[in-house]
Amino acid sequence: MKVVEIKNVHKTYDEKFVPVHAVRGIDLDFEQGEFAAIVGPSGSGKTTLLNMIGGLDQPSEGEILVNETNIGALKSSKLIDFRMRNIGFVFQAYNLIPVLTAKENVEFIMHLQGKSKENRDKRALELLKMVGLGDRVNSRPGKLSGGQQQRVAVARALASKPKFVLADEPTANLDSKSTEILLDIMEELNKNENITFIFSTHDQRVVNKARRVITIEDGKVVSDERK
Amino acid sequence: MIWSISWKNVWRSRVRSLVVIVAVTLGLFGGIFAAALMQGMTKSRVNEAIKYEVSHIQLHNPEFLENMDMLCAITDVQNKIKQIEALEEVEAVSSRIKQSIMVKTSATGKGVNILGINPEKEKLVGSIYKAIYDSSQVCDKLGIKDAEKIKEFVKDSCGSYFESNKKNQVVIGEELANKLKVKVRSKIILNLQNVDGELISGAFRIAGIFRTSNSKFENSNIFVKYSDLSKLTGFDNNRAHEIAIKLKDGYKAAPVAEKLKKMYPDLNIMIWKEIQPDLGMMTDWMSMMLYVFMIIILLALTFGIINTMLMVVLERVHEIGMLMAIGMNKIRIFGMIMLETVFLSITGGVIGMIISYFIINIFASRGINLQLFSKGLEAIGYQSIMYPSLNFDFYIIITILVIITGILASIYPAIKALKLNPAEAIRME
Repeated sequence: MKVVEIKNVHKTYDEKFVPVHAVRGIDLDFEQGEFAAIVGPSGSGKTTLLNMIGGLDQPSEGEILVNETNIGALKSSKLIDFRMRNIGFVFQAYNLIPVLTAKENVEFIMHLQGKSKENRDKRALELLKMVGLGDRVNSRPGKLSGGQQQRVAVARALASKPKFVLADEPTANLDSKSTEILLDIMEELNKNENITFIFSTHDQRVVNKARRVITIEDGKVVSDERK
Repeated sequence: MIWSISWKNVWRSRVRSLVVIVAVTLGLFGGIFAAALMQGMTKSRVNEAIKYEVSHIQLHNPEFLENMDMLCAITDVQNKIKQIEALEEVEAVSSRIKQSIMVKTSATGKGVNILGINPEKEKLVGSIYKAIYDSSQVCDKLGIKDAEKIKEFVKDSCGSYFESNKKNQVVIGEELANKLKVKVRSKIILNLQNVDGELISGAFRIAGIFRTSNSKFENSNIFVKYSDLSKLTGFDNNRAHEIAIKLKDGYKAAPVAEKLKKMYPDLNIMIWKEIQPDLGMMTDWMSMMLYVFMIIILLALTFGIINTMLMVVLERVHEIGMLMAIGMNKIRIFGMIMLETVFLSITGGVIGMIISYFIINIFASRGINLQLFSKGLEAIGYQSIMYPSLNFDFYIIITILVIITGILASIYPAIKALKLNPAEAIRME
């Protein structure tokens, strides 16, 4: 089952008189349960592509279907709601809410979805256990290491039971041990829970774990390898 | 959860938040204390005026107010007094003869208003009798025990309020006494008009000298017994120029006046605000000014809060971008920033109000002594000791204004936050 369909997507930024073509006609599909990495040099367009898949940016041309919904056609308020229910995000800088505990950070998105306190508690504890932080549920981000914070971010991304998780350079700020732990957890979640992960990365360790590697250069897909 | 995040966010940068809170606290304290001083002054002036000068309600013959003609009087006064006294809201009633006359001494003269009163009834309505120093008490305080010295002191002191049964006694203000260069037991001549319109004069002896906080009132009003004045002028005992009413609850003046207007449609009935329009205007004007004053202070604070919240938004660009990305809609982001601003303002506001409340209460009982400016203050009818006072509803309105300030101050920073593009915000360096 296809969770993401990218059809002839272009993205052009109007940078003071000179248009910048960040993405030039990409066609891609992602199936449920994929563990895919989008790689490429800086400025190749991988983050732009990831932002468009996540509905954070709109294509200048073409369309992106998430779960058969053209996200480019959704109004701003509907798109925000769609994002919340269908897409999980993991960011390079973790971006946790510093005043909330690990559990509250995971719960937050469920609160936005209007889930009951009981359900939120149960799911947040379950997810934090899955990422190996069952004993740090009440710690605030400032008391956690970078790797632990990123694991909380993964748990948060999964809290809304999304169709897939977009991870933008998730290991860029982590040491090798934390990277290894994080990748193992994500791989396990992918295998056991059939959660789809799409990464944009420079990190060879992520590339090694990925079962599909898409290489982008100058806004175009130059290779798409499945292992 | 949004409420909890907003509250916790307030304390993320403690020093910065504390600076804003202290600014709001001090601003509000300054404003509220100044407001309490102004309201205290106004209240005291109004109370003094009601006590000594106007009472709560006055009844007149409408023509008398136009020309002060002695013959334009209220008739059947005794009956009317009985009817008014029967009203449950009324505490006391006193009738007065009133005339503009000339007071003369061997040295000088002055135009004043004379009020012919029934001292016992007047005691229940007005407080002039309290404004006459009690010489025996003064002797006690000064430690004068020798009988001869007491006699001497009493002779020169401020006298009494028609305590002896002697005829033709007059009580005058200290300011007038100084001007006429007279003291207790001095004789003065009153030039007035009798019922036939003829000019007559009478010799009166000063029984007492009163002192109020209004030197203008002291200077222009003298009191004599109703019986002495009616005898001198030939004025009928059952007539009066003025009926003064003291109510049990001064706030009921307007409804009681309405009731009296129905009872006596031919008479002019005025409440204290109408008798002395300056008092009414001062009360209304002061209430309005207090709010204007507070709004200006809060407006100034708004800009400080906006500045702080702009810094907050700038610092949290990543976080706001993340919140937008994971599905927090614009209303919730706006709400979060607005709540944080309101919490910041209201924390300072509540502390400011608590401090103000306690300090106002301390000075409300002790008073603030402005003896240094007593001459000037008394010239415009104010006491030299001020008792700050503030109605409780003022605090409620200030709380609402502080919340409005928080909401207003949050609009611009929140709009800034909403304009962020989540994709750019997340990656912003």
